Amino acid sequence: MTSSMLLSVTTFIYGLAAVCYIAGWIFRRPLAARLGIWSVWVAVVGNGVGFTLRWMESYQMGIGHAPLSNLYESLVFFAWTIGISHLVIEYRYHNRVIGAFTLPLAFLAMAYASLSPHISDRIQPLIPALKSNWLIAHVITCFIGYAAFAVGFGLSIMYLLNKLAAAADGESTEQRPADLLVLQLFLVGLGLILFRFILGWSFGVGLGAALLLAGLVDLGGWLLGRHQRVRTELFSRFPEPSLMDLLTHQTVMFGFVFLSAGIITGSIWANSAWGRYWGWDPKETWSLITWFVYATLLHARLMRGWQGRRIAYLSILGFVAVLFTYFGVNLLPGLHSYGAMTEQLR
Amino acid sequence: MAGGDALAILNRLVSFFASVRLTVVVLLSLAVTSIIGTVIPQNEAPEGYVQAFGPRGYRFLEALDLVDMYHAWWFQLLLLLLVVNIVVCSVERLRASWTIIFTRSPRYRLERFRKSAVQTEFKVDAAPEVLRQTVRTVLGKGFKRRATLAGEDGIEGDCAERWRWSRLGVYIVHLSVVMLVAGGMIGGLFGFEGYVNIPEGEATDTISLRDGSGTRQLPFAIRCNDFSLSVYPNGAPKEYRSSISLLRDGQVIEEKEIIVNDPLRFEGINIFQSSYGKLPPPLPAEGAGPPERLAVHVLSNHSGRSYHEEGAIGDQLDLPEGLGTLRLDAYRPDSQFMGQPLGPAVEATLVHPGQAPIKLTLPLRFAAFDRMRRGQVVVAVTSAIPMPERFYTGLQVTRDPGVGTVYVAFAVMIIGCLVTFFMSHQQVCATVRPRGRQGSTVVVYGITNRNKMAMQRQVDLLARRIAAAAGGPDGA
Repeated sequence: MTSSMLLSVTTFIYGLAAVCYIAGWIFRRPLAARLGIWSVWVAVVGNGVGFTLRWMESYQMGIGHAPLSNLYESLVFFAWTIGISHLVIEYRYHNRVIGAFTLPLAFLAMAYASLSPHISDRIQPLIPALKSNWLIAHVITCFIGYAAFAVGFGLSIMYLLNKLAAAADGESTEQRPADLLVLQLFLVGLGLILFRFILGWSFGVGLGAALLLAGLVDLGGWLLGRHQRVRTELFSRFPEPSLMDLLTHQTVMFGFVFLSAGIITGSIWANSAWGRYWGWDPKETWSLITWFVYATLLHARLMRGWQGRRIAYLSILGFVAVLFTYFGVNLLPGLHSYGAMTEQLR
Repeated sequence: MAGGDALAILNRLVSFFASVRLTVVVLLSLAVTSIIGTVIPQNEAPEGYVQAFGPRGYRFLEALDLVDMYHAWWFQLLLLLLVVNIVVCSVERLRASWTIIFTRSPRYRLERFRKSAVQTEFKVDAAPEVLRQTVRTVLGKGFKRRATLAGEDGIEGDCAERWRWSRLGVYIVHLSVVMLVAGGMIGGLFGFEGYVNIPEGEATDTISLRDGSGTRQLPFAIRCNDFSLSVYPNGAPKEYRSSISLLRDGQVIEEKEIIVNDPLRFEGINIFQSSYGKLPPPLPAEGAGPPERLAVHVLSNHSGRSYHEEGAIGDQLDLPEGLGTLRLDAYRPDSQFMGQPLGPAVEATLVHPGQAPIKLTLPLRFAAFDRMRRGQVVVAVTSAIPMPERFYTGLQVTRDPGVGTVYVAFAVMIIGCLVTFFMSHQQVCATVRPRGRQGSTVVVYGITNRNKMAMQRQVDLLARRIAAAAGGPDGA
């Protein structure tokens, strides 16, 4: 079995795990939750074996290198780090709901890698600029950071959902339409990624489908939300809001260390490849923007005592910056038209 | 009272620059403004901007320095503001916490521990006197035992602590940011970044500077002995390799084969493999006659196929596809086209069947020249004697005395982050009070400056260790 086949299968196991966790959360079926944890294990192991296999295959092809050199390989590694982070949190905090919000991200990353027509799963030889030992250190540190931010993002979404439920229960008198708006944007964005970029639909159709998806989820949420009992059941197994808040903060701290290390290893690499450690290249700049956003979150929290909702917003904003650093930079105009000298060998 | 006013203003200035609100505003401003430079390409030629944004748009971008925004005064000012904020804020806070961090005799009060939310209580089947000793042994591992405290109710507690110095972590991170900016400034002030293209076999000691400020003389000449390019079977580039010699007074002082990711570093100057190109074929020597054999390339626009034939001046060639004949009339060492010199060229006569003859000028160095005629065929003539391909290597030449500072700052930042995020000043205290005739109740308390959760885990761990050392918790 080749690594790409194994990884394609792994994609669906991540999908199964995500569905099981969501079902386990909504329908309170212990069986679904148990199936969920088993499928995460299978997916993480399959992901790891696929990664190793791909590494070995590249050596059999005579162009051996760590499978961390293109978008496909980085997405596979990203999904793997999210899966492992999920297992760590699951066993450390014994909560079965968090997976319903983090595993879909692992599934989306794998699905994007395996299903998108724009991403080739061929093992390609390394171009000269990538032939560096810093490649491995750089990619690993960056993606551990990204995975931590992804988990923090899932927790922030949970936090906002919980706030909305509390408002509906009348426990909280605050009415925050902003929460609803953020969650809508998140849903539409998620749908757009799924339909436009993974399934490759046209932008208009993708946006329409994403809006429909958001509408359906809203309708479902509204129907469920009308019943106090259902609401209580849905949210009773969420972690305490204070724990979600704390976990967001901790995952962000963890991610921040690795993001810093990722930027640093990237700088050192750039200095040995191109003779400059920092060149305000759009990718570099966006990683710094991400760093600024999370630095703001940490300062606001530690020094000004921000908590809860505001931290959740910043964490979501930070993850949007992560996604843009990762994918969006490729969409920017006219990037490689300048400095043809250095760009040529990239 | 003027002195008092000045002091008041100074105080207000200090508290403005020390505020975390300023930090948040500056960080978010940096994040938002940085986006601009990723959307508008930086440092392009003016024509590019005029084409994309129009002349008025370009003037606007130019006025706000948005075509080179990361070096614009306002962006540098934001960075400076961040540094001032960091320095003032750190100094202010460090002044306050200095005595806490570096005290020789820290003070503890049992009441403070008792108010802490972090505590664990358990019962043990052992006498308090025995247990006190156990507690001290357990706390002695990993913690520095500090004092025995007596509460107002007469109960005694043993207290210990660790990682007091970790309160310095945040200042270490801040120091690293200041060092980064300092390293960047050193590089900007005393370094340079340039490039040079050197044909194989040639040497130069002058490079062009990246910022367009002219050229720079190096203390040695760089000679490109050889450039080679290798590709993978699929055509992707595999390696660019330049053999470089550094010359001073005609003597080779250093030699190295450089590839991407493996530069030559010599006397603080770094030479990187950056690009390459093919040189145009060399001109025939002055006054030289026509090449003995000429290669004639004919592209038929009708079929899209191209054909290659050979001939000499005076020959008449039959064109394929029944397109007629081509006669090579004469050789001109320096021909002209509309007043522009074209270099060596062949004059030829093209006759399509049933049409009037067409006079052609076919410059040897511009194969696409005949395409302009938009005829039925495109004809090009080159020398038939094969010329070896010649390359030039494109080198990036830099000097950056700030790199050392920046790399140290990198290490300091990671260490500082690890200390700040994963260590905290932990103080623990355990009290033992008698319970019944033989038993005791132990309470372990913890106080920390951050990360209560880790403190709680530590307190639980200590409680388990004490219970285990004392022979297991009672009735548990």
